[in-house]
Amino acid sequence: MRPLDRKLIRDFRRLSGQALAIALVMAAGVATLILAVGAYRSLEETRSAYYERYRFADIFASATRAPTHLKQRILQIPGVAAVETRIAEFALLDVAGMVQPATGMAISLPDHRDVTLNRLFVRRGRLPQAGRVDEVAVDESFANAHDMDIAATFSAILNGRKRALRVVGIALSPEFIYALGPGDVIPDPKRFGVMWMSQKSLEAIFDLDGAFNSVSVKLLRNTDEAETIKRLDDLLERYGGSGAYGRKDQQSHAFIDAELKQLQGMARVIPPIFLAVSAFLINMTLMRLIALEREQIGLLKALGYWRRTIVAHYLKLVVVIAGGGILIGFAAGTLLGQGLTRLYGDFFHFPFLIFQRNPDIYVIAAAISLAAAVAGALRALYSVLTQPPAVAMSPPAPIRYRHLGLEHTALFRHVTQLTMMALRHMIRFPVRTGLTILGVAMSVSLLIVALFSLDSIEYMIDATFFRADRQDATITFVDERPLSVMQAVERLPGVLRAEPFRSVPVRLRHGHLHRKIAISGKPPETDLSRVLDLNLQPVILPEAGLVLSEHVANELNVRPGQRLEVEVLEGRRAKLSLPVSQIIQTYLGMAVYMDNAALSEILDESVQVSGAHIAYDGAATEELFEAVKNLPAVSAIALQKTSLARFRETLAQTIYIMTTVYIALSGVIAFGVVYNSARIQLSERSREFASLRVLGFTRNEVSRVMFTELATLVLLAIPLGYLIGYGFASVVVKSFESDLYRMPFVIAPSTYAVASIVVLIAAGFSALMVHRRINRLDLVSALKTRE
Amino acid sequence: MVATVFDVKNLTKVYRSGDVEIHALRGVNMRLREGEMTVLLGPSGSGKSTLLNILGGLDTATSGTATFRDMVLTDMDERELNLYRRDHVGFVFQFYNLIPSLSAEENVSLVTEIAPNPMSPREALDIVGLGERLSHFPSQLSGGEQQRVAIARAIAKRPEVLLCDEPTGALDSKTGVRVLEALAQVNEELGTTTALITHNAAVRAIGHRVFQFGDGKIVQTRANRKRLKPAQVTW
Ligand SMILES: Nc1ncnc2c1ncn2[C@@H]1O[C@H](COP(=O)(O)OP(=O)(O)OP(=O)(O)O)[C@@H](O)[C@H]1O
Ligand SMILES: [Mg+2]
Repeated sequence: MRPLDRKLIRDFRRLSGQALAIALVMAAGVATLILAVGAYRSLEETRSAYYERYRFADIFASATRAPTHLKQRILQIPGVAAVETRIAEFALLDVAGMVQPATGMAISLPDHRDVTLNRLFVRRGRLPQAGRVDEVAVDESFANAHDMDIAATFSAILNGRKRALRVVGIALSPEFIYALGPGDVIPDPKRFGVMWMSQKSLEAIFDLDGAFNSVSVKLLRNTDEAETIKRLDDLLERYGGSGAYGRKDQQSHAFIDAELKQLQGMARVIPPIFLAVSAFLINMTLMRLIALEREQIGLLKALGYWRRTIVAHYLKLVVVIAGGGILIGFAAGTLLGQGLTRLYGDFFHFPFLIFQRNPDIYVIAAAISLAAAVAGALRALYSVLTQPPAVAMSPPAPIRYRHLGLEHTALFRHVTQLTMMALRHMIRFPVRTGLTILGVAMSVSLLIVALFSLDSIEYMIDATFFRADRQDATITFVDERPLSVMQAVERLPGVLRAEPFRSVPVRLRHGHLHRKIAISGKPPETDLSRVLDLNLQPVILPEAGLVLSEHVANELNVRPGQRLEVEVLEGRRAKLSLPVSQIIQTYLGMAVYMDNAALSEILDESVQVSGAHIAYDGAATEELFEAVKNLPAVSAIALQKTSLARFRETLAQTIYIMTTVYIALSGVIAFGVVYNSARIQLSERSREFASLRVLGFTRNEVSRVMFTELATLVLLAIPLGYLIGYGFASVVVKSFESDLYRMPFVIAPSTYAVASIVVLIAAGFSALMVHRRINRLDLVSALKTRE
Repeated sequence: MVATVFDVKNLTKVYRSGDVEIHALRGVNMRLREGEMTVLLGPSGSGKSTLLNILGGLDTATSGTATFRDMVLTDMDERELNLYRRDHVGFVFQFYNLIPSLSAEENVSLVTEIAPNPMSPREALDIVGLGERLSHFPSQLSGGEQQRVAIARAIAKRPEVLLCDEPTGALDSKTGVRVLEALAQVNEELGTTTALITHNAAVRAIGHRVFQFGDGKIVQTRANRKRLKPAQVTW
């Protein structure tokens, strides 16, 4: 074997600890990109395959009662590829062992043929037989939430009559990947489920013979969706149509889209930051590592080795380290990405998963890391190779330290010579010191980026569940009721206070922008479900005009004072122009509010309510639920505490997992960086330390010089890391925005604290390792040879 | 008439570190002849190493010329200098400069690897009396032993010129003599032109000629009328 290759192997062995640390930093950067992009792409691909294979519709509409023959007319609308009509109705469910009432959505399946749109994936069992009134297929998440299997039974109030139902099948539908109950902000499969029944049965139950009240439409490619929606609305108008909408306004799609968008946002912003930071750190570390070889590089040159041979020699070392890092990163990224895809796949209840492993992301991650590593090595090599060998080989001239000018100030009176030595060393090499500080700061910033989303979410939860919507529950009526119903609500057992609300489906239009949305009519001043302004202060609704959440205002590009066209999608279908009075804050969902009295006025009706927010006495919970279950007028009850718990659960399954992965990876990076900084510092100064030992200083005293330096560097790096982290986080927070969530930008003190603690632990650990090395420092050989 | 191997004319070298200029060489003129053994003497900091480095192609001059046979070292670029070092020069560095992660034998083979007509590393180490220490690493060798490995490395390629910066600096009289004998042997048997720097006045007697340095210049050149064999030198 050639002596240079021998040297390579021995150098590698000598540096193995550091090499591993560098490789891990690199692996973390590479893995982040691969796992985030891989998971996102896999889920995106899975969803579109799911939509494709199970023919998820493009347009949805409901009516009160439309004749079956209208289907032919809908099919004739240009661009329509397929139409499926059906019956869809809400029902209050009574499930054994569950105190609180649940809500179901009963959907009809055509008898004697397969459904053509929104096809079902039957996980177990079969679909209900034609005309069997007692048979249902239920949505898998609902079944799981209730531990239901084939042959399980429960009862439902269908059209005012309680009926016993038997589960014959468990199914999944692309239409209800996310099933959101009425009045809910977050899916809760325990309290809301979809059940499919025979068309004949539902027609009989709901007196809808020869009629439908729900329609799904599939469009041909490149069809103008808005135009089709308009035509469909025209057709359905006479039959109580409540406005057709596209996928964008379909709840399940909107929800999963928001989740995927969030994943994509995280994949687009966080991994590049991780990769860039790890690339920078690798670059810096390898540069310093190679710079330590200055004299040996000079010697090889002096002996007549060609530059390219020397460069190749060191690049081999770098490539082995980088290659190791990249491979670890590939493996970790692929495995974590798959794990994450599986977790999300479960969460979304996809019937199957498609793993995307596009080579591009691997190539990009590897290329960036390798380039950073090689560039760092080349920079160091170049600076040595351009010197004459005589200069490169000569032992470093004794360093000219400067007096700090502070030695005699009060601050430094008690500082020992050794501490002084540490401080002078840092000031003597400002670039090196600066880079180390920057490197450690970067790892602090990654931790902040990984951690802060939890703070933002907590803030969002506090604002939403404890400052805005403070009710215990929300009751939704089957249909609109006069205001006097509130007296009945207040008389329900345990109810302490009740606030009415009215929900009116509308289409808001501003220029070419439009959204289908519900206006919530409320009393001007509320105490339970409050409207909060941008500073989270309660708002008194104005006597006229709309109050829009910031997100809706942005979506429609309106400012207070401007007017919106409002197309009411029920009743007389009034078309109005209303001013925007105020912009308010909601972090969840899309909200538009109006004074209920004013709303009734423009609808030209007496004050109606769609439901009520209530506060109740916890001691009377069971009686209250029992009473509600038996009230035919109530179609759903949403519980705020359960929603909050579900919200946290949802987050736990999505953002928290992702965040945990990022926290772990940034922890790895922090350790790698601090450890390497400490080790390189030790290498650079081992002779000096050996000299100190020879002069009679104890091991502990010598270690203290290192510790002083390390501690000073880390303590300077932490606040800088806060600043950089704040900057990165402000970019990341924007990527979280969707129709469903807005993330307030909040970084809690605890995040800064945790980031600091992780880095301090890394520093402590590194200090310990370095201390052990100082203990083992072979004085004679350290003085004899230079490493 | 013996051929001239090195011809140095008005050679100067100025080091700049920050705002300080250090004149290491202030106009050196000298000639080294084929097969000649020369000794460079002078106080510390007088420019001996600087001159040797320039002759060895390890450093560049500020002005003046230095030629090796028909090659003008002071005009050569980086590549040509490397080729020159590789093919013609054996150098013993003042600070040994061994690779710590390579054993004695491997340190020598670093050179024999790329030399056209080398001896075996073992042979070279035998000459300096380290045949038994082949597999020892620099950190396991004494300072003098490291210096001898450095010498073995320089002679192993059978160079045309051997430039030695204080090859006996760290050695006792007995080992020093062995090293000098090795150098003398190479010089005589292979006709290697040799220049060696020493602080040891006694060593001057083994050279054909002695250059006395002072403050960046050669202040005196003397030919030894009667050369001593290394064995006759003691210190
Ligand atoms: N890289 C350098 N930068 C600045 N000054 C240098 C450098 N190398 C050498 N010098 C200076 O040049 C002068 C000559 O140095 P040189 O090493 O040639 O002396 P020397 O005669 O070999 O001394 P010694 O016997 O101590 O080895 C000295 O003053 C030295 O400080
Ligand atoms: Mg010298």
